[in-house]
Parts: sequence; structure tokens; C-alpha cells
Amino acid sequence: MKWKTKDGGWSPYLAGALLGFLAIASAYATTVWMGKTNFLGASTTFVRAVGFIERFFSTAHVEANAYFNKEKVTLDWQFMLIIGLFIGALISSLTDKSFKLESVPPIWAERFGPSVWKRAVGAFLGGIVAMFGARMADGCPSGHGLSGMMQLSVSSLIAVALFFGVGMVVARLIYRRGKS
Amino acid sequence: MTTAQWLGLITGVGFGFLLQKGRVLRFDKQVAAMLWTDMTILKFMLSSVLVGMVGILLMSDAGMIQLAHKPMNVGAIVLGGSLFGAGWAVMGFCPGTSVGALGEGRWHALFAIAGMLAGAALYAELYPFMKTTVLAWADFGKIGLPEVLGISKWVIVAAFWAGSIALFAWFEKKGV
Repeated sequence: MKWKTKDGGWSPYLAGALLGFLAIASAYATTVWMGKTNFLGASTTFVRAVGFIERFFSTAHVEANAYFNKEKVTLDWQFMLIIGLFIGALISSLTDKSFKLESVPPIWAERFGPSVWKRAVGAFLGGIVAMFGARMADGCPSGHGLSGMMQLSVSSLIAVALFFGVGMVVARLIYRRGKS
Repeated sequence: MTTAQWLGLITGVGFGFLLQKGRVLRFDKQVAAMLWTDMTILKFMLSSVLVGMVGILLMSDAGMIQLAHKPMNVGAIVLGGSLFGAGWAVMGFCPGTSVGALGEGRWHALFAIAGMLAGAALYAELYPFMKTTVLAWADFGKIGLPEVLGISKWVIVAAFWAGSIALFAWFEKKGV
């Protein structure tokens, strides 16, 4: 097994295993310092972030919303985790020179052409559907895929199977049309 | 900043660093996994789960941490999981990786992030409706696989390891 990939990255087995150790350390550290075990996750932060944006326009509207009250619009541990995630990716990509400004990803361009606007519309609409689903399912590939599977949660095992299962069907329909 | 915020920030830097090093932040890697042409993200994800589950379950047994299963709400998981899968294929990012992709310069992730913020806002507005419909269908609560199957968690962990390693071997043989 190679520890480096052709594009200068680390073997996904190695990087993934290290993330497993980080998840273990994080679960313990949050229990000790915050009094409650927190598991890695990402999608709730989008609720809080949009709560902050909406609060800018109407505080009353956010205060009256049951979902914002449930998830609490604050700069909490997970919000900072996501800010850190951005910084970590930036540091890693700048130091190994894999940072690249990209406007349209290659697989998308191959199927839909180099138009940034087409990509923007696709990503935006896909984002709405995906996040709506993630909030309904109460988790994304971080909360269910990593944290939930590590705990052997029934909900997470089923959710991840559906993420990938439906994702594969839809990906085949959109990116493979006219091919194979 | 509070201790919790510092802890989140530092852990997040490590999280983002490892996701980037594993090259799993990219649109092309995520879509390629769904097309079965490059399974990098599955290798990464399963590797972290294999390592993580042993430590998490051991610490839970020792009373050092508390598990937090997400509820097995049938409508929420089945419909929500399917919607996520469909949106994920089009968007090519998941919530965490979109932010990381932005960090490594793939600025088109901003469109995905904007869409996900809109999706979160929409869900917040429709939450009362969801609560009386989809979320009210059937809820089995916070359950773990060992309790449901009535077998030792370590048997499941062993099976999970064996299955994943077989899958890895198959990926490597196929060169994906």
C-alpha cells in the first residue's frame, strides 16, 4: 500500500484512520471540557448560520421559529468546528500546493460544459434538496456517516445506505446520460 | 472565546486538514464514488469509522463518554436520507466538504453553500408541518444495532472490520 497518492495527497486509508483517532479524542475532550459528549457533525451549523443571516433582517421572525429555538442560533462548538475545517483545508492545500482556484469541476464540465452559471444553478438547487433532506434525517455524511456509524446507530446505518444508494442512482442518471 | 469554541476550532482544523490530505473534499471525488470510478471517499470514510468505532465503543463501555444515537424516525431517515442522496449527487458536496472545498480554492462550492443555507431556512419554516407529517409516521427512538439484534457489539465490530477489509481489497483489485 502506498502512503502517498499520485496527486500528492495521503492514502485515504491513512488519512481516514487518523480522522478516526481525532474523532475518539474529540469525543473524550468534549465530554471532559464541555460536560457532554459531542460528536463530529456539520449540517446543524447551516441552520445556525442561516439563523444569524435571518436575524439580521428580522430578529422577531427567528425568535418565533420553533426550529431555530430547537437548534439554538449560537456560535457553538460545532460552528467553530466548521470554521476550523475551512482553515485546516486551507492550511493543508497551501502547504502542499494543491490549492487551486476552480470555477467548474471537471466531471461537471465534461457533461454540462464550462458554464459557471449552469454549475451555479445545479449546485444551488442540489444544495437546497440535500440540506432539506439532511435536516429531516437529522444528519449528513459527518453526523451519520462518521459519528453515527462509529456508534452503530441504526438510524445512521440506514441513512448512509440511502445517501449512497440514491446518490448512485441519481449520479448515473445525470452524469452518464448518453454514455455506457 | 469559550473553552467549547476553542475546542471546536482546534478539532475543526485537524478535521479539515485530514479531509484535504485524503483528497476527499473535491466534487470529482464525491461524484466518482457515486459512479464507482474512484472510491477514495468510501475508503476514507470507512477507515475512520473502523478506527473510531473501537475507541468510541470502548470509551462508552468504560463510562468515559455517552453515546448519542440519532433517532430512528422512519419517515425522517428514509425520506430525508433519499433527498440528501439525490441532492448530493447534483451538488457534488456534502455540508462539511463544501466548506473544506472552499478552503482549498474550489470557490464554486459557494453556490452549494448558498443552496444549503436556503435549504436549511426552508426546513426551519416547514418544521411545524414536518412534525405533524413525516416526523410523526413512526419513531423507534435512539437505538443501536447491538440492542436491536441482541448480539454483542464486538461481534458486529468484527463483522464490520471483516466486511470493510474485503471491500477495500476488492476496490484495490479493480483499481478504483
